[in-house]
Amino acid sequence: MADTQNMNSRRDALKTMFRGAGLLGLGGAAWGSAAIRLKASELTLRPPAAIKEELFVKACIRCGTCVEACPYDTLQLATLDDHTAMGTPFFKPRLIPCYMCTDVPCVPVCPSGALDLKNIAKQIDGVQTEKPDINKAKMGVAMLDQEACLAYWGIQCDACYRACPLLGEAITLEFKRNERTGKHAFLKPVVHRDVCTGCGLCEHACVTEKAAIFVLPRTVATGRVGAHYIKGWDEADEERLKNMKEAQTKKSSPEDELNDWEYLLDDE
Amino acid sequence: MIGNTCLMMSRIIWRNRYIILRRTVQIGLLVLFGGANWWGWKFLMGNYSSAYVFETFYLADPHAVLQTFAAGFVMSTDAIVGGIIVLLFYALIAGRSFCSWVCPVNMITDLATYLRKKWKITSKENFFSISRKTRYWVLGLGIVLSPIVGVAAFEIINPITLLHRGIIFGFGMGWAVIIALFLFDLLVVEYGWCGHLCPLGAFYSATSRFALIKVKHDVNKCSMCMKCFGVCHEEQVLHIVGKHSGFIKNECSNCGRCIEVCEDNALKFSIYNTKI
Ligand code: SF4
Ligand code: SF4
Ligand code: SF4
Ligand code: SF4
Repeated sequence: MADTQNMNSRRDALKTMFRGAGLLGLGGAAWGSAAIRLKASELTLRPPAAIKEELFVKACIRCGTCVEACPYDTLQLATLDDHTAMGTPFFKPRLIPCYMCTDVPCVPVCPSGALDLKNIAKQIDGVQTEKPDINKAKMGVAMLDQEACLAYWGIQCDACYRACPLLGEAITLEFKRNERTGKHAFLKPVVHRDVCTGCGLCEHACVTEKAAIFVLPRTVATGRVGAHYIKGWDEADEERLKNMKEAQTKKSSPEDELNDWEYLLDDE
Repeated sequence: MIGNTCLMMSRIIWRNRYIILRRTVQIGLLVLFGGANWWGWKFLMGNYSSAYVFETFYLADPHAVLQTFAAGFVMSTDAIVGGIIVLLFYALIAGRSFCSWVCPVNMITDLATYLRKKWKITSKENFFSISRKTRYWVLGLGIVLSPIVGVAAFEIINPITLLHRGIIFGFGMGWAVIIALFLFDLLVVEYGWCGHLCPLGAFYSATSRFALIKVKHDVNKCSMCMKCFGVCHEEQVLHIVGKHSGFIKNECSNCGRCIEVCEDNALKFSIYNTKI
């Protein structure tokens, strides 16, 4: 009698344990997949000096100190409906662009390391200093939709060119004869991605209904040629050929691409 | 006549002294944090995830720092030191006080409890019941999941910081989560979130075993009216009441409700020592 009772209680205990384990697994799976979906934020523009996106969503403690430090209310913290990791800072340049403050107040206040001054450290005579250089920020890169750009229609507009804090460097104007009228010129804006910081002042300034020039995160907007193509007309690049080891000539895997983020910072 | 009203008023205030104090602290902190975003004050910038205090040092949520570490990112010294300061403060001094003196969710769940009692809402036994230990599993699961999903797993769904951020920076659709949480406490499980599920409450409960500030029970004064059981949101911690003197431990959040309702002075805040 005592034995059967014992058996029963043991069976009960086992049952409870299994049920608990099941619930735990179920909860874990649901929570885990929700977390993975919620952290996805490929199309988000981060504050200056942000570390690469993958690490950023881990690192950022979601305090909003950077948001409060920004004098222009550029940065906002993502809410549930912002399609990016809840509570992390981002900006929408068409609403408020980054005005590229020279003292970059948003970066040094970050407690977590998600915004890292090193990423935009000023170089003086080749030596890295503790000072920020906002021109080195790589928040994103401006893309231009030629079909929607008035200047490419031949109508005079240089709103983005004039708005750019790196006027003449990040955006230049390309002169072309307008064959259609025969007596006018095209003044076509061209973005140079090695200089562009992704501040979005151009997107903000664009006069079309939906901006013809807009900022995308670099990881999304840029392609990469791969080490095995050499610019034969460029001596420095030729040098590279001599030093190249065989291992480097193979195509990089998607993983390499993810791990390699240096190119975001010092694009040549 | 006027004397009488005064007397009554002061009795009401006295009988709610800790609630009044707690709400003052909770709302005061919210105003200080909000002021940083709305009016550019520099006392407390940020939020309960991490706060920049007087523009000199940082405080951080140790639970968030821990999850981030588990996810594979070591935060800057600022955040780590900030997390340690907060952890030590609650672990050595204040106990689980975060929950009833600081956390903004506490005001929501307290309201739910108040209405639940007022409207006499009781959920049927077994309709939906969860163990009070669930929160420790949630706490553990959050840490285990963090490296798997590659992000601080609880922080990405955390309704506490969602509420706090919402108040300071704007809610978006975040309202829905808070309303769901309120309804859960109101209709489904009594003390559902704070008393059963919240991993942050579990975190502070687990780490503050030896905190100095604790409620002390004097069995000699106790008349066994059981009023404290009626107000405590963690009634299991009161198991010593009426049996022997000692300190209230574990999940007690130092809210002081039991002290307020006790007419025999058998409960009061005291400094913890292991001798009793
Ligand atoms: S650089 Fe200035 S404008 Fe740009 S995000 Fe930082 S604080 Fe705001
Ligand atoms: S200051 Fe740093 S940790 Fe805080 S929200 Fe901004 S990026 Fe995240
Ligand atoms: S249990 Fe959680 S939600 Fe409730 S008061 Fe504590 S920290 Fe806040
Ligand atoms: S024991 Fe008293 S102080 Fe502790 S949680 Fe319960 S009512 Fe609050």
